[in-house]
Amino acid sequence: MNALALPTRKAEAFRYSDLDALAGVWPVAREMVSVAAGDTVAQAIVLTEAQPTARHLVITLAAGASCDVRILNAGSAFGRITVEARLGAGAQFTLGAAQIGGGGQTLEIVTEVAHDAPDAISRQIIRSVLANQATGTYLGKVAVARGANGTDAAQSVRAMLLDRTATANAKPELEIYADDVKCAHGCAVGELDAAALFYLASRGLPPATARKLMLHAFIAEAFVGAPDEERLLGEALDRLESIL
Amino acid sequence: MLQIHNLHATVADKPILKGLSLTINAGEIHAIMGPNGAGKSTLGYTLGGRPGYEVTGGTVEFVGQDLLALAPHERAAAGLFLGFQYPVEIPGVSFVQFLREAANAQRMVRGEKPLSGGEFLKLAREKAALLKLDMEMLKRPVNVGFSGGEKKRAEMVQMGILDPRLAILDETDSGLDIDALRICGEGINAIMRKPDKAVLLITHYQRLLDYVRPDFVHVLAGGRIVKSGGPELARQLEDEGYEAVAA
Ligand SMILES: Nc1ncnc2c1ncn2[C@@H]1O[C@H](COP(=O)(O)OP(=O)(O)OP(=O)(O)O)[C@@H](O)[C@H]1O
Ligand SMILES: [Mg+2]
Repeated sequence: MNALALPTRKAEAFRYSDLDALAGVWPVAREMVSVAAGDTVAQAIVLTEAQPTARHLVITLAAGASCDVRILNAGSAFGRITVEARLGAGAQFTLGAAQIGGGGQTLEIVTEVAHDAPDAISRQIIRSVLANQATGTYLGKVAVARGANGTDAAQSVRAMLLDRTATANAKPELEIYADDVKCAHGCAVGELDAAALFYLASRGLPPATARKLMLHAFIAEAFVGAPDEERLLGEALDRLESIL
Repeated sequence: MLQIHNLHATVADKPILKGLSLTINAGEIHAIMGPNGAGKSTLGYTLGGRPGYEVTGGTVEFVGQDLLALAPHERAAAGLFLGFQYPVEIPGVSFVQFLREAANAQRMVRGEKPLSGGEFLKLAREKAALLKLDMEMLKRPVNVGFSGGEKKRAEMVQMGILDPRLAILDETDSGLDIDALRICGEGINAIMRKPDKAVLLITHYQRLLDYVRPDFVHVLAGGRIVKSGGPELARQLEDEGYEAVAA
């Protein structure tokens, strides 16, 4: 990947991007994070601003290292976060991300998780709530190298569209060259469960309150177990409030 | 309290209720029995205002209001409670969290002052104890991982907390073990057997009616009430079957 030339849509990682907005923040500096053997690092990226933003993390986890990344991608303009993670033997990588958009902005999370060595665990949970003309994208590749036996990788990707005019793109991808590998990915784009909404309404909850409760629960899944779970959830719910 | 007159309703464009009429007065307990697919749950959902259950004819008056003109949450605030045949699981939303909001939303509509957190918990604890449901279960996500019987008991706890005027209980007895059946039956009596309240029990069996004795029993078949009688009708149905009794 040439880090300086502005990408085109032909590049897989940019096929749904907002290239005009991207041009304004290009090139995006790589932020290098390396987690030493046995160490634990936690990082949170919170984008809630009004200006276009792009970030690109490159994380290297040594053997037995552990890294917990949480993302709130909820600015009112273009927001793109790329996370590359390279996992050593027995490393643990967690990504929990929420994207919340209610304008016309494009929000993107692009991940590439490389299981290079045996017995590493990766967990990715992406939750998007999109209203109005917003677009939310998740492109997530998990690559399991030859010899990375005992890999355990999971991706859970869900998006809620609050309006017909909002768009969700989701592409979880697996590339496996090892044996004895446990990979799970689930991906769903939908609307709130109508049966649950009726159940709540039948108890007296007004529809707007019922929707809000269910969206809270949906977004909260991205931050479960984060060291600063409450702060992240609080900020996410503030952003949610602003698009409802 | 409730006057249903010549109600017609469709589900997915399929006519299910075909001219159903039923009057329930305050202080009465009614039971509806009827073959599978007769439209019993459809009646409950239609009265509750579930989207997709379209009223194509008839009227329903509930405590002096046009029930069909109200949104589902307004029907609840007016005093209608629906006990679900299949209570819905809602991950991430706890019973106590949503029930307090629901109870207070209802109180607001009725011009009553909201319950504080402490008042609500006291009420919830009291009703959970009445139904012998562990209060800790109400702190869990709504119905998630509950056994069939626990779900039904949780429905009755919700009824106790929300204190409705009319409860429509759709097969509350199915899935209950012998002790739970007695506990739920006694719970229904404790909460609902009052001069200003009424109950519509939907059931297939006499067993619940042994605890909650109905004043009237109706047979619903083919989308309408085809026969009504006293408590003896339920026994007769159990002995002889629908075909013989309601033909
Ligand atoms: N969403 C739906 N789409 C099409 N048909 C439906 C739908 N929901 C219900 N029905 C049909 O409506 C009819 C009445 O169903 P309902 O659930 O009211 O029956 P019931 O009397 O409660 O039966 P049971 O004793 O089995 O609970 C059935 O024939 C059922 O298949
Ligand atoms: Mg039914």
